[in-house]
Amino acid sequence: MRSETPGAFSDLDPRTILKEVGFAGLVALGLTFAMVGLRTVDSNTGDGAVLGIDTRFADVAWTVALVMVGRFLLILDRAGLPIPVILGGIAMAVVTQVIPMPGTVLPVFGLIGGGVLALKGVLTLVRHRSKLTAQERDEAMDRAGQRFQKLSRYLGPALAAFAIVMPFLPFADRQVIDIATLILTYVMLGWGLNIVVGLAGLLDLGYVAFYAIGAYSYALLAQTFGFSFWLCLPLAGILSAFGGLMLGFPVLRLRGDYLAIVTLGFGEMVRIILLNWYKVTGGPDGISGIPRPSFFGFADFARHAPPGSTTFHELFGLEYDTLYRVIFLYYLILALALLVNFVTMRVRRLPIGRAWEALREDDIACQSLGINRTNVKLAAFTTGAMFAGFAGSFFATRQGFISPESFTFIESAIILAIVVLGGMGSQLGVVFASIILIGMPEWFRDLEQYRMLAFGGGMVLIMIWRPRGLLAHRDPTVLLHGRGGPAESEIRAEQQAAEAAS
Amino acid sequence: MASDKTPLLEVEHLTMRFGGLVAVDDVSFVAADREITAIIGPNGAGKTTVFNCLTGFYKPTVGMLRMTRNGSEFLLERMEGHAIARVAGVARTFQNIRLFANMSVLENLLVAQHNKLQLASAFSLAGVFGFKGYRKAEREAIDQARYWLDRINLLARADFSAGNLPYGDQRRLEIARAMCTGPAMLCLDEPAAGLNPRESGDLNELLTFIRDEHKTGVLLIEHDMSVVMKISDHVVVLDYGRKISDGSPAEVRADPAVIRAYLGEEEDEDLPDEIAADLAGKQEAGTARPEGQG
Repeated sequence: MRSETPGAFSDLDPRTILKEVGFAGLVALGLTFAMVGLRTVDSNTGDGAVLGIDTRFADVAWTVALVMVGRFLLILDRAGLPIPVILGGIAMAVVTQVIPMPGTVLPVFGLIGGGVLALKGVLTLVRHRSKLTAQERDEAMDRAGQRFQKLSRYLGPALAAFAIVMPFLPFADRQVIDIATLILTYVMLGWGLNIVVGLAGLLDLGYVAFYAIGAYSYALLAQTFGFSFWLCLPLAGILSAFGGLMLGFPVLRLRGDYLAIVTLGFGEMVRIILLNWYKVTGGPDGISGIPRPSFFGFADFARHAPPGSTTFHELFGLEYDTLYRVIFLYYLILALALLVNFVTMRVRRLPIGRAWEALREDDIACQSLGINRTNVKLAAFTTGAMFAGFAGSFFATRQGFISPESFTFIESAIILAIVVLGGMGSQLGVVFASIILIGMPEWFRDLEQYRMLAFGGGMVLIMIWRPRGLLAHRDPTVLLHGRGGPAESEIRAEQQAAEAAS
Repeated sequence: MASDKTPLLEVEHLTMRFGGLVAVDDVSFVAADREITAIIGPNGAGKTTVFNCLTGFYKPTVGMLRMTRNGSEFLLERMEGHAIARVAGVARTFQNIRLFANMSVLENLLVAQHNKLQLASAFSLAGVFGFKGYRKAEREAIDQARYWLDRINLLARADFSAGNLPYGDQRRLEIARAMCTGPAMLCLDEPAAGLNPRESGDLNELLTFIRDEHKTGVLLIEHDMSVVMKISDHVVVLDYGRKISDGSPAEVRADPAVIRAYLGEEEDEDLPDEIAADLAGKQEAGTARPEGQG
């Protein structure tokens, strides 16, 4: 459609509407006819299994109808009639829930599609109502971003406080704490990867390798030498950091896509080594019976204390409950994650942190300023790897069993998705993205196979609406004028006054 | 010629080949300390290639680049890029501005002082815990940045993103950033490109200030002859990778080889007014060089 006056009613020519809606319907029909409409089934008719074809044309008809309605609403939206679009979108969402439909997928699609259409209508409505120019709207968005940034100064500590009291709140049962622990593990990994990807701008697709090195380091050290968790934790971190160094050296010259490919390869190499080095890693069998952490070496979380030590519930005079260990693990990962956050926030304000960001912005300029890019890059890789190593040893001690299956590429992809969706370099963004990407699929396990579909859909939506991530606002690490510095308009007015005076 | 002055940078027989293409062919010149040396020449004469050799982005095919700083000599062609800036004290700006666009103006100037600060923070160990020595070093670095911001009139915008500054401010900020590394020689690649007359006047002032007050040698590539002729102490002219003239601005302006080089390009914006004025008198037939290259 080429309309000379967007927003006018010129688009509502019945012939064009018919053409467009019809075309969308045809495309939908073409796409769904074979894939949805026909289904092979093995019909067992006595003389052995026979492959038959089942037809589901009702599904196809519904799909085509929904697509055509959606297309019509989009035309209305383009023509500047948002109210019918909103109503239509809501109606579509409701109707698909109420009317009994063939199959379970269609209501989900109807709900999502209707919701998206309604949202689009609302956006159009807001845009048409406001008489602001594009620039004013941009400034308003900036102000909103700054306000959120101001808010986030309180939101961060508030979230941390909530995380600390969470296990004692009434709704916190074992499942909730387990999910929270899982989310925090990914928050920690996200924060660690944020150093490499968000700050230093080095796209790392094999981050899970360091997680794996940390986990196996802990498992092997604890099993072979009987080291305690608290001794293994720093050792695992150091070993992972060495892994980071090993990856860092060969990729120093690489940038962008090439770097991504090599890191991806590194991740796979580590996994394949773990899978095949049977004597040490146990190969696909993994390592089981990994020692659980003790209560800082004082007490054990077992029901009966091993000889020569005491148990946690005896130490505090409590009834035995398996929940104690769960809560302890939760606090452990919370403390580790907060440590990572603290160090990252601190390092960001240090010369090395600024050098990381400068490297992300322009590495040629970095070199011309006398910054040794090799050292800066290696520092980023090793720091990020070390934090992944901590997270890995936590993972090993929590699970009690590890195998290469836990460290596949999809893990790297999820951690990277957390960083990118959260907004590169944004600490709070990582938290929200982890809650969305890890928490949601856990809570919506009932959706079964569609949960990965929803995951993908969510990613696409965020990439469309917030391509730089949910919270992509960078605060300077140091301010000359403090928070109440002069605004652009004030400076300009002052300069004009000075020019007028001279 | 600068033979009676302290040489800062001596370029000897510099040659840079890219495959069969000879971008810089046996160029030798001397840039003296506390002087502004300009490298001029038509497009494609190899000026930026000389700069890239000097600052370690290219390794010269042949030649020696000797930098003298505080009595010690450095052979730039043997050093790594970052060491050239840090140890030999050669700072540069770029033809297409390379600021850290998403970082604030102040941060840009602090990154330039990275090595000093990194040492003070004991490679981040003291910094993480906020030790006194590091905090003092950071304050000094900020004061240094404040000094330069005041100098280039950007103090009020110190906390803004560098990428949002007007073009002329970005140019000056890049120079200030290079100066924050504490260089012995400042290499500027077309600092006046895209500036209006008032801004390029400010630039002249800034460059002479850097030369006189900061005792820094300046090496600049420039097309804007109002900048070159006004502030340079010494001009080197390149054409097709060869040095065709070398001397004071007045000498170079009168040099027939230079006039020939510039005459070769008809209606070229490279043709500076001063030279064009000279040409009006001396135009000779048959000296035009072949066109269409550059």
